Amino acid sequence: MNNQQAPLALEAVGICKSFGPLVANDTVNLQVEKGQIHALLGENGAGKSTLVNILFGLYKADEGEVRVAGKKVEMNSPHDAIEHKIGMVHQHFQLVPVLTVTENIVLGDEPTKKGGVLDFEKAAQEVEELGKRYGLEVDPRAVVEDLPIGYQQRVEILRSLYRQADVLILDEPTAVLTPQETDHLLEVLRSLTAEGVSIIFITHKLREVLAIADKVTVMRRGEVVGATDPKETNEEGLAEMMVGRSVVLRIAKSQATPGNTVLSIKELNVLDDRNQSALKDFSLDVKEGEIFGIAGVEGNGQRELVEAITGLRPIVSGSILMGEKEMSGCSAREISEEGISHIPENREKHGLVGPHSVADNLVLNRYFHSPFAARGIRQTEAINEEASHLVEKFDVRTASIHNPARTLSGGNKQKVIAARELSHDSSLLLAAQPTRGIDVGSIEFIHQQLVNERDAGVAVLLVSAELDEILSLSDRVGVIYQGKLVAIAPTDEFTRIQIGQLMTSGNS
Amino acid sequence: MKILRSALVPIIAVVLALLAGALLIQLSGSSPLEAYSALFEGSFVGWERFGTTLEKATPLIMGGLAVAFAFKGGLFNIGGQGQLLFGALIAGAAGYGFTGLPWIIHMPLALLLGAAAGAAWGAIPGVLKATRGAHEVITTIMLNFVAANAAEWLCTKVWRKPGDILVRTPMIEGSAEIPTFGNIPLGFLIAVAFALGVWYLLQKTTFGFEVRSVGLNPSAASYAGISTKRIVILTMAISGFLAGIGGSIETLGVLGRYEPGFNAGLGFDGITIALLARTNPIAVIPSAVLIASMDASASLMQFKAGVAPEITDVIEALILLFVATPIIVRWFFKSRQGEEISFGANWGSS
Repeated sequence: MNNQQAPLALEAVGICKSFGPLVANDTVNLQVEKGQIHALLGENGAGKSTLVNILFGLYKADEGEVRVAGKKVEMNSPHDAIEHKIGMVHQHFQLVPVLTVTENIVLGDEPTKKGGVLDFEKAAQEVEELGKRYGLEVDPRAVVEDLPIGYQQRVEILRSLYRQADVLILDEPTAVLTPQETDHLLEVLRSLTAEGVSIIFITHKLREVLAIADKVTVMRRGEVVGATDPKETNEEGLAEMMVGRSVVLRIAKSQATPGNTVLSIKELNVLDDRNQSALKDFSLDVKEGEIFGIAGVEGNGQRELVEAITGLRPIVSGSILMGEKEMSGCSAREISEEGISHIPENREKHGLVGPHSVADNLVLNRYFHSPFAARGIRQTEAINEEASHLVEKFDVRTASIHNPARTLSGGNKQKVIAARELSHDSSLLLAAQPTRGIDVGSIEFIHQQLVNERDAGVAVLLVSAELDEILSLSDRVGVIYQGKLVAIAPTDEFTRIQIGQLMTSGNS
Repeated sequence: MKILRSALVPIIAVVLALLAGALLIQLSGSSPLEAYSALFEGSFVGWERFGTTLEKATPLIMGGLAVAFAFKGGLFNIGGQGQLLFGALIAGAAGYGFTGLPWIIHMPLALLLGAAAGAAWGAIPGVLKATRGAHEVITTIMLNFVAANAAEWLCTKVWRKPGDILVRTPMIEGSAEIPTFGNIPLGFLIAVAFALGVWYLLQKTTFGFEVRSVGLNPSAASYAGISTKRIVILTMAISGFLAGIGGSIETLGVLGRYEPGFNAGLGFDGITIALLARTNPIAVIPSAVLIASMDASASLMQFKAGVAPEITDVIEALILLFVATPIIVRWFFKSRQGEEISFGANWGSS
């Protein structure tokens, strides 16, 4: 035993786990010290989630063991994990939307008065105190579905703390947060470690790892490729460990040379799915040869904006001009044919027909055009030829163009969509969250493609919740807040902090 | 290999159903071996019996195609019954109403009018779904009742021959009949041609690609510029068209007139067949022949082995149960997780 080492709170030893032919974890070791923030870094599919699911008892390891405070334990269910004071905040929150904060927190361990009567009042007080103590204030009587996403996350964390967790596992906790909320969360995590709580923090954001982690374990293809002290490395070093080769984190791009206005939106009003106003007198111009980035916390009208431009959502009033042509009221097909390419925000749901082959997905917006169809009959040879060409050009990793698209990894799915949309002859490219949840290597590729499109004279409208992405790619930035553009300026006139404030409050 | 794999579940389901049926026959005091040999004999041994089996298979193929096609488009058409019934009625009316036409015109005309009636009846739930969001399962079930009663009224008040005590249309003209060559009914060949045609439409045409895309992922299809409303309406209309053909052939090739109640359950058997065929149009043919063979030989089974004819209904139900169970389980599981359910995605995978 190394005497200098703090006692271990949680340990994974030689964990192996396979799903059919896929080896998700191959002899994985992880050591989390007491009071440590331990970042688990890796690309999608690297095996991070599998590992923490084993630690939390959701999966059973094929081999290897889990040790809590040095002792081997059987983790057969989350119940066992909770018994051993391990808490987990999933990427997709496990809350009951119609119940109150307190009800959610005590669920499964309800406080009772004599005779088995529920005692929510006492629980609510405890929740309130707990929140105050850790800077996680939330109204214990509020109904969860009415809370903003950042507060729902607080409820998740409080739930683990209520059960006196010694180890807290957070799966991509910052993916849903604004920069300010992220900073706050990191502070909270710091204060938790001061009380001896250990934290496993899954992320693929390098900046956060460097900012907060005491130790980082990097995984690639199911194996641990290294564990290091973040102080001894930098973003490039971590990215290289993650991907296995050196990656360009910031695409080099020349000064933009904007030309004529391609897209001109004037006083657009659009409703959301609940018939509430989503865009209010929204105006925007995008010129050829520029990337216009729309920064904003999700749910401030970005989705409705993209859907209105692409003809998927009816507009209430206002106009959308493509060049000189009024597009409002046109069908999605007409608009697409007018020269709009669209990388949708939700690639599984909106970008791909999963069971269709890769080839069919690559022509999903052009299948009716010559040479892919003649007199209503599909021309398989032409489709396959185009698909083979695009798969090679865009480096889509698939065993065959005839495989169902749903079998591809996230990054490769996104490449299929990018290949399809960028080979579609267009003057405007709408890219909504184009790199969400994909690996660093694919992000680099997609970013390069967006810049290439810009340099080829295409007007690019980039909508992203990733501030880093907006700042590194955009020539101009607009901040959207509650359906309004609250600021527009060239990118270098904004600071990160300013944009963050504009995103959360509408003014800086 | 691929065909074999996708046929595995249906074949296992049939075998399991037959085994369970054998147990029931044994328990009821008869010999399963005798019963099943009578089943085979009654449906396939001898040209005449074989012809009868094919004749019974014909509306089942069309009903199965109707349901299968709708599944491909992500829709659950339970209205095959009503669409088939309307097809049968209108074909009957056209069969006796037009006189003096040559066979080459009259028969196809009556057939197509029947099909058009089925298409129109099928399009109603399609329009309701596309414009009002009404679920097709509900509307097609309700329209089955409307169809049955509307047909009865038309038969009673409009098309009944004066003096006929039964509620039915008059006999069709000879020029509207679909003949039988030897023992092979032409109607069966028409149905087989439609099965091949539906397969071609779905697999080879841009329209079929649109239908399948909407069935598998309607949101992605609309993002790709496909009008899902148009596809929903057309899918339901074509589904109704296919069911209408089934009803027309029954009137023009088998019964010679429309009588209410002739086709009790035919439209619902289409659901069994489409599922057994895993929505593959070509596989609908053997699936329909299998179900038809049980219907065709039920009486011989009773005569030779003393087995109640209802046992074939039980076996059919068991087949459906075994085919559908893994699907139902998966569907239930998915819907519990709040995911969007597309029947096409789950049932159109063959």
